[in-house]
Amino acid sequence: MSAGQVGLVAILALPAVGAAVTAALPERFDRAGRAVATGFAAATLVVSVLLFFGVGGGGFVHQVPEQGPPGIHPWHELDLTWVPGLDLRFHLGLDGISYPLVVLTTLLTLLCCVYTWWRAPAPGRGRTLTALLLVIEVGILGTFLALDLVLFFVFFEVVLLPMYAVIAIWGGDRRVYAARKFALYTLFGSVLLLVGVFVVVSAAGTADIVALTGGKGLSRTTQLVAFTLFALAFAVKSPLWPLHSWLPDAHSQAPTVGSVILAGVLLKMGTYGLIRIGVGVTPEGARWAAPVLGALAVAAIIVGALVCLAQTELKRLIAYSSVGHMGFVVLGIATVTTTGIQAALIGNIAHGLITGLLFFIAGAIKDRAHTGELAELGGLRETAPRLAGLLGFAAIASLGLPGLAGFWGEAFGVVAALRLGGPLWTTLGVLAAFGGALTAAYFLRLLRRISHGPATPAVANLSPRGYAVEQAIWAPLVVLILAVGLLPPIALDVADEPVKALIEAIS
Amino acid sequence: MNLTQSVDNIALLPAYLAAGTAVLVLLADLVVARRGATTAVFAVGALATAVGALVVGSGDDRQTFCAGDACSYLFTGRTGLIGALFALLTLGVLAFSVPLLRAGEVPAGEYCFLLACSMTGGVVLAGAGDLITLIVALETLTLPLYVLVGLRRRSVAGAEAAVTFFVVSVVATAVTLLGAALLYAVTGALHFRLLATAFAADPKLLDVPLTSAAVALVVLGLAFKIAAVPFHAWAPATYDGAPLPVAAYLSTASKLGGVVALLAVTGIAAPVAGAVVSDGSVPSTNAVLPASVTGPVLAALAVLTMTVGNLVALRQTRMIRLLAWSSVAQAGYVIAPLGALAIAGGRTAEAFETALAAALAYTVFFVLLELSAFGAVIALRAGHGDGGEIGDFRGAGHRRPAVAAVLALALVGLAGLPPGLAGLFAKVTVVRSLLFGDSDWLALVVAVNAVIGLAYYVRVAATIFSPAPDTAAPGELPTGVRVPWPVAAALAAATVVTVVIGFAPQLVLDAAAGW
Repeated sequence: MSAGQVGLVAILALPAVGAAVTAALPERFDRAGRAVATGFAAATLVVSVLLFFGVGGGGFVHQVPEQGPPGIHPWHELDLTWVPGLDLRFHLGLDGISYPLVVLTTLLTLLCCVYTWWRAPAPGRGRTLTALLLVIEVGILGTFLALDLVLFFVFFEVVLLPMYAVIAIWGGDRRVYAARKFALYTLFGSVLLLVGVFVVVSAAGTADIVALTGGKGLSRTTQLVAFTLFALAFAVKSPLWPLHSWLPDAHSQAPTVGSVILAGVLLKMGTYGLIRIGVGVTPEGARWAAPVLGALAVAAIIVGALVCLAQTELKRLIAYSSVGHMGFVVLGIATVTTTGIQAALIGNIAHGLITGLLFFIAGAIKDRAHTGELAELGGLRETAPRLAGLLGFAAIASLGLPGLAGFWGEAFGVVAALRLGGPLWTTLGVLAAFGGALTAAYFLRLLRRISHGPATPAVANLSPRGYAVEQAIWAPLVVLILAVGLLPPIALDVADEPVKALIEAIS
Repeated sequence: MNLTQSVDNIALLPAYLAAGTAVLVLLADLVVARRGATTAVFAVGALATAVGALVVGSGDDRQTFCAGDACSYLFTGRTGLIGALFALLTLGVLAFSVPLLRAGEVPAGEYCFLLACSMTGGVVLAGAGDLITLIVALETLTLPLYVLVGLRRRSVAGAEAAVTFFVVSVVATAVTLLGAALLYAVTGALHFRLLATAFAADPKLLDVPLTSAAVALVVLGLAFKIAAVPFHAWAPATYDGAPLPVAAYLSTASKLGGVVALLAVTGIAAPVAGAVVSDGSVPSTNAVLPASVTGPVLAALAVLTMTVGNLVALRQTRMIRLLAWSSVAQAGYVIAPLGALAIAGGRTAEAFETALAAALAYTVFFVLLELSAFGAVIALRAGHGDGGEIGDFRGAGHRRPAVAAVLALALVGLAGLPPGLAGLFAKVTVVRSLLFGDSDWLALVVAVNAVIGLAYYVRVAATIFSPAPDTAAPGELPTGVRVPWPVAAALAAATVVTVVIGFAPQLVLDAAAGW
């Protein structure tokens, strides 16, 4: 086995072993268990960073192999037999499309583990929470790494019940309802994925994503059927309007770390799947459904923004803002162009960083003020200027200010739509840009309500001290938001070659 | 005609072992008259039966009681595996019965003897090569259960359950027998190979309305045994009224028996030598009963069974009733792959074999998960005769974390989700076989039903881990009392097996393949 293959196994095995060890510890070692889990999460992050090295060309540019199937050129690849009777191979691979998401996952999981180590949410049992976070990490990383359709489905499912437990045990007042809604919606999506997967596998005779990319060997009808199923499955996960209604409940009821993981990386499983499998394996279906997908994406942007304008609760507002942001990502994918998909990829990363930070900050505010109602949260600037400043930074990043991470994905999503031209895509591009303006409106409204004005009683008693640990946790996110905003190539260059190869393979 | 038959006693060895076990159990009860001795003899006998079935199955294919090319008893590798599975399921149920026997609620000797008789039926069933052997074996499997269901002393519910079960089951058997008789009238054959040859050789047989009626009657009669909707009404009442281990047996071994019988008649059999089709060619391996008739019947049964079972399970408040309805729904998933036979795309040789293998593989995954689930319920309710309300299980996760975790794992597996990988791969097997048989619509029905199923499985799992009410639930073992070791051991074994096949489902798929 090469070092890269060892890395691929390690990046899944480390959190899995960490989860088992942490969960097995007895109750009196709760804090130690959280520390152990954090250690495993840190080791996973280190492995994910190490996987970058050893890439051909010594860094950003990957050498395209002379032969071999077009479409996907993994940096590292591992292909083992698992269940031949179900066409399931343990086939993992890493390339420029998945790599940024892998690092985002390992980073956010580590930050969430550190946060839980520092303070476990009610009702305690922090080690169980960290163990579940590690299991979720296994599922998400496996989804991003899988190069076998059936394996992709298996990892896609792994996430569901641990996340259900995170919401149902550590969530807010309506946690049981929110958790069940999340589980049922998500399972509905993933069973459609299962059917779609075997529509493809039974027609093509293989589940190898590398071989399937480009849609060779699949008839047009098969592609249309399969893409419809895939699109529905990923639309639930992403989520795309009108299948989004699980998201506001799940995000607003989940504990802080749950919201961060949900918004930060879990949603990306949907958009990643749409690119890798929807566009990659069933390109004809993707092109056929592009107008519908684009229209729904723009509807999500507009509806998300309008709903946000009327929200009165902090976490719910941020949750709904995700609907709009993921709308931009799906719009980029729907164009099925190099620009669009690159915009989607950077939009994914930016949304993960920014919304992760926003949920962390919202959690910090709710922990201290014991309320998330915007009406009861005024004048934060007076009692906690640094917290207010950070909230302002994250909100402005989220509304897409040039120079911060959120800008690139939204701007180029619109550009990709406009470049396609024609009345439909021009209209969609213009509407999406209008939606972007609405985004600015509701975030500015949020800042005006929370930061400015006289301090409300809830905020007046708020202690600005005691969040040195939190600031340490947020610091990497702040730095990355700035870095991706100022230097988008750090997130885009690795994806440049793979996206071009993908577009070439499907055209 | 030679009237003396040579009997292959090696092929019959597992059946001898199982029947011998029953006799020895009866003798042990008469001579030693101690509960421990009776159960020990039974356990050793069941184990010997399992080993015998596996050893004979690992050798060459055997057949006996032959009339020409057609044999009434066939022993292949798959027969051995199914026979062993029957014996091991019985052993597991016996272990789960220990608290019941210790409490003196049922007479140990009779209980063990009847269970051993039922096991004998199951072991023979796996090797049946004609309709009569099949029906006799199935009745041997079922008959002792009428008594077992009502064996609990001073239990009105048990008696009611037994009568319900008896009446429905006898009607079902009569229906199957009528079907078999009509089939004989149409084709003059009862052996599976002869039936397959007859239908292949003369397609005009299908134009006779009696043929379709006969085939449908056989299939529907057997559908009673697996509690498929609309022949399911006996199951919830019977499960709930029966002693818990007997309910576990009904839902695992007895259901496996029904599925094996159903697969035997809808499955495929090699044609007899010298058979000629009407156009002069030699018939290929063919369905025992014409798939064009069984397919639509099974597709309709599968859709109804899944949907009704899951929807009604949503509203159950009693643990055993919920498991019973879920078991009804699971029977729908079991027969769903055979529903692909309804259309031509599902009747190609390859799709046919995939469907049969998928149905059997799903059954194996299911009975193991179901055994874990019932075992965990028995362990949690060891001080009480029945499964109680679901609400009684609140706080179980706190009092008995290990058993509660096993129960949750089994329920999640039945829902078909990780970490219950065995259940996940079971669902994948079914959906895969349906799409290989071009039955996309049925795959979607299965998929949607999986979502409905999750709603109640996750509700129960969440209840187990929710905080306990202030007062201890009635019948709950006080904290500190140990779960009887046979229950714990059987539960651990079942859980280990489900975890292992969860990571290596190929073991089950290989065993189920190759019709």
